[in-house]
Amino acid sequence: MSVSGAGPAEARRYTKKDFESDQDVRWCPGCGDYAILSAVQKTMPDLGIPKENIVFISGIGCSSRFPYYMNTYGFHTIHGRAPAVATGLRLARPDLKIFVVTGDGDGLSIGGNHMLHVLRRNVSLTILLFNNRIYGLTKGQYSPTSELGKVTKSTPLGSADRPVNPLAFALGCGATFVGRTVDRDVKHMEEMLKRAAHHNGTAFLEILQNCNVYNDLAWNALYEKESKLQYELRLEQGKPLLFGALDDRKAVIMDGVIPKVVSAASVPASALWVHDEKNVNAAKLLADLWAPEFPIPVGVLAAVEAPVYEEILLDQEKRAVSERGAGDIAKLLTSGDTWKIE
Amino acid sequence: MSETVAPVRTAAKQLRELDRAVVRFAGDSGDGMQLTGEQFTTESAWAGNDIATLPNFPAEIRAPAGTLFGVSSFQLQFGSQRVYTPGDRLDCLVAMNPAALKVHLSDLKPGGLLVVNTNAFDKRNLDKAGYPSNPLDDPALAERYRLHKVDMTALTLEAIKDLSLNQKEKERTKNFFALGVVSWIYTRPLEPTLEWIKKKFAKNQVIAEANARVLKAGHAFGETAEIFAEHYAVEAAELPPGLYRAMTGNRALAWGLLAAAQRSKLPVVYGAYPITPASGILEELAMHKRFRIRTIQAEDEIAAVTAAIGASFGGAIGVTASSGPGIALKGEGIGLAVTAELPLVIFDIQRGGPSTGLPTKTEQADLMQALYGRNSESPVVVLAPATPGDCFYIAYEAVRIATKYMTPVLVLSDGFLANGSEPWPVPDINSLPPIDVQFRTEKEGFFPYLRDPATLARPWVRPGTPGLEHRIGGIEKQDVTGNISYDPDNHDHMVRMRAEKVRRVAQEIPPTSINGPATGDLLVVGWGGTYGAITAAVERTQLEGQSVASVHLRYLNPLPPDLGHILREYRKVLVPEINSGQLVRVLRAEYLVDAVGFNRVRGLPLATDEIYEAIKQLLGSAS
Ligand code: SF4
Repeated sequence: MSVSGAGPAEARRYTKKDFESDQDVRWCPGCGDYAILSAVQKTMPDLGIPKENIVFISGIGCSSRFPYYMNTYGFHTIHGRAPAVATGLRLARPDLKIFVVTGDGDGLSIGGNHMLHVLRRNVSLTILLFNNRIYGLTKGQYSPTSELGKVTKSTPLGSADRPVNPLAFALGCGATFVGRTVDRDVKHMEEMLKRAAHHNGTAFLEILQNCNVYNDLAWNALYEKESKLQYELRLEQGKPLLFGALDDRKAVIMDGVIPKVVSAASVPASALWVHDEKNVNAAKLLADLWAPEFPIPVGVLAAVEAPVYEEILLDQEKRAVSERGAGDIAKLLTSGDTWKIE
Repeated sequence: MSETVAPVRTAAKQLRELDRAVVRFAGDSGDGMQLTGEQFTTESAWAGNDIATLPNFPAEIRAPAGTLFGVSSFQLQFGSQRVYTPGDRLDCLVAMNPAALKVHLSDLKPGGLLVVNTNAFDKRNLDKAGYPSNPLDDPALAERYRLHKVDMTALTLEAIKDLSLNQKEKERTKNFFALGVVSWIYTRPLEPTLEWIKKKFAKNQVIAEANARVLKAGHAFGETAEIFAEHYAVEAAELPPGLYRAMTGNRALAWGLLAAAQRSKLPVVYGAYPITPASGILEELAMHKRFRIRTIQAEDEIAAVTAAIGASFGGAIGVTASSGPGIALKGEGIGLAVTAELPLVIFDIQRGGPSTGLPTKTEQADLMQALYGRNSESPVVVLAPATPGDCFYIAYEAVRIATKYMTPVLVLSDGFLANGSEPWPVPDINSLPPIDVQFRTEKEGFFPYLRDPATLARPWVRPGTPGLEHRIGGIEKQDVTGNISYDPDNHDHMVRMRAEKVRRVAQEIPPTSINGPATGDLLVVGWGGTYGAITAAVERTQLEGQSVASVHLRYLNPLPPDLGHILREYRKVLVPEINSGQLVRVLRAEYLVDAVGFNRVRGLPLATDEIYEAIKQLLGSAS
């Protein structure tokens, strides 16, 4: 692996190039991962963090090759365990900026348990979950986000498992930042990456990603021009939930506790559902919306403050030291019940 | 009560009369037998005796009262000579109910002291224990043992009748009555227990008063009641001079980590998932945040090990612990640390298996798992403490080796060492070898898998070091550069390199100490918690003039470089283990010696007697 000849980090102005490693990128041509990699590399300079303080941790899968292509510190670990590895790293090194790169299989199937617990603990990590609804690296078996009845090599007559919704899952786990973006919308992706990276606590960003080899156009509803116009619901803080063509604006409103799509013109402004990232309950309703009955929300569903795992623990340590001094093993060994033999 | 071995004159050793006693407290899980045993241990430590303990409790947290499987016991042997084991047969048994009597009576020596709480011998409890009639009424019992029937419950209630506690709270203090009685029998000082009561119940004066009074009442009862016409004194043992404290294996492992954290000036990140009998280490470490010990109670065993690996990647000391079932789950993670060549310390507190097995019982059957229990060629260093106090040094050594060689080090403790305690000479912290961690900061010529010529360790780089940004991972990598490599010859090279690195740890191993003659008829080779039983058995045969020696291995991978030579100096080699023959296989494979196993897998420590018999038998077949 190459070593960059960086000078004093603070003094440097980075460009995207600084974050490109010397390794050949080995994803299939046309894979959505390329766009994500490019967007991440492009976003890095804007974080204002010295390059050497950035770490990418991944598990196993196509997405998990990611760290090799970033010219930062990186650790490609084992299947599903990246959130746990990152938790240990965070506790050892609260000074680092840590990204976790995972996929729908890695993060929600074999690593589902770790994902649950990292989210509820609210460890300061930025988790990027590339959701392509398929197992790519193992050559095309259905994944935990594949739709019911999905025909793959391992399910020739269609899958029998209902899919998990990553955003609903994350919110159910108590995630403090939940967002969604799309690999083909570079600008939005960059904006979301920045938002996620700046969150204090665990940020969970689902990136809808195209696996053109095993599950091409799984997110066509948001790729194809007409359909994107019809179904994309851009979430913006303080703005009403409006979507669809400009000449036929639609709105999502609350009918009691049930979301409902209406013609925007048919309801008074006061009846509109105004997006509020601080409202986790509303986010839980948004997470379940999907085409064709509803629009597909993209953007930040929820961003709230909550106690941060490593901050609590390190604060306990700091207080213990300041109240009683740093530990001294020689003192401990002779404390309590001891006796002398002459 | 005393085990007396007739003096046999040999050139090397002079035998003196052994003064020792083996006592077991047994009762219902709710009777507080563990506490009683621990306090009696403290009293004996105060009296200057050498001690070995064996707590034994049911796997069920609150087993139904009065049942056979709900019986909890605490055994200790104390003596004025070196005590190597908690003892085989009992000199004194305290049985708090019929079930305890039924389970433990067969271990009491004929003529041994039997103290029972008669109050618990009612119809209900007798039924539960499966006694058709009250065994205390059988005259044979009093003929075979020195039986003392004491209504402890009534005497306890009487001693504290004026205190404002309810009946249940009052009855609960009866274990202190038993402790008082036995303390009197063996002339133990009450001060340590009275002190303990004062501290423990500082917030509840009435309970403190009740326990203290009941303890004294038991003691006074022993003194004044006619039934105890005798009592014993065990002289202070001739331990080397110095400051001592009682030490259990789990605490010693934890404190060894504290020492390593302090000496290395690095934080420890300890990832663990609660499991018997390893949980005590997590609980102990969680109390010592001042040492920069950061504990994670992880969501599962896999998260526990991988969090530790993440911490090591960050430049901290990553440690994880479990028992056998958890170690099985950690296997893939340990393999990651092997290939990422990161320091990692793993404690395996072995228990009976397979699967859930016997969670609260001891076993030594994870040796093969430690050596080979991962996919592919994944060598790790394996160490094993010999006594509870030795756990301190082994934990420290594990950190030292892991950081020096950039490798996982697996420590095989067991349930017996974990909960057992011994008087432990407090070490001088400065006498421990240094743990000198040098993180690489030099950019010039850096590669992630550059190797130190002496240790073959790769450089440890803390993320945050400018100019050394690099990536590592679980995929096979080219040596030196660390770039992903699928090259067949490179893989073969890396497999050998990882093995050679672990082999090089042999240069850290001190010369093997031999207990006995340097050549002879028989060598006993042991490892782990059987140290005491083996040593006692071997010394017994030596005193009989037999040409028998023993070595106890603390380094199991790599093995000590001088071991092959030592093995060949004896006509026979015996390997006692609490498994069906694991080290013996390793020795046979490694050295082509005709080593013979002695194997019992009962969830209990090996007994001195049975090892002694095995030695005699093998010697017999040799002549
Ligand atoms: S298999 Fe699919 S996800 Fe994997 S690299 Fe190829 S296109 Fe991308």
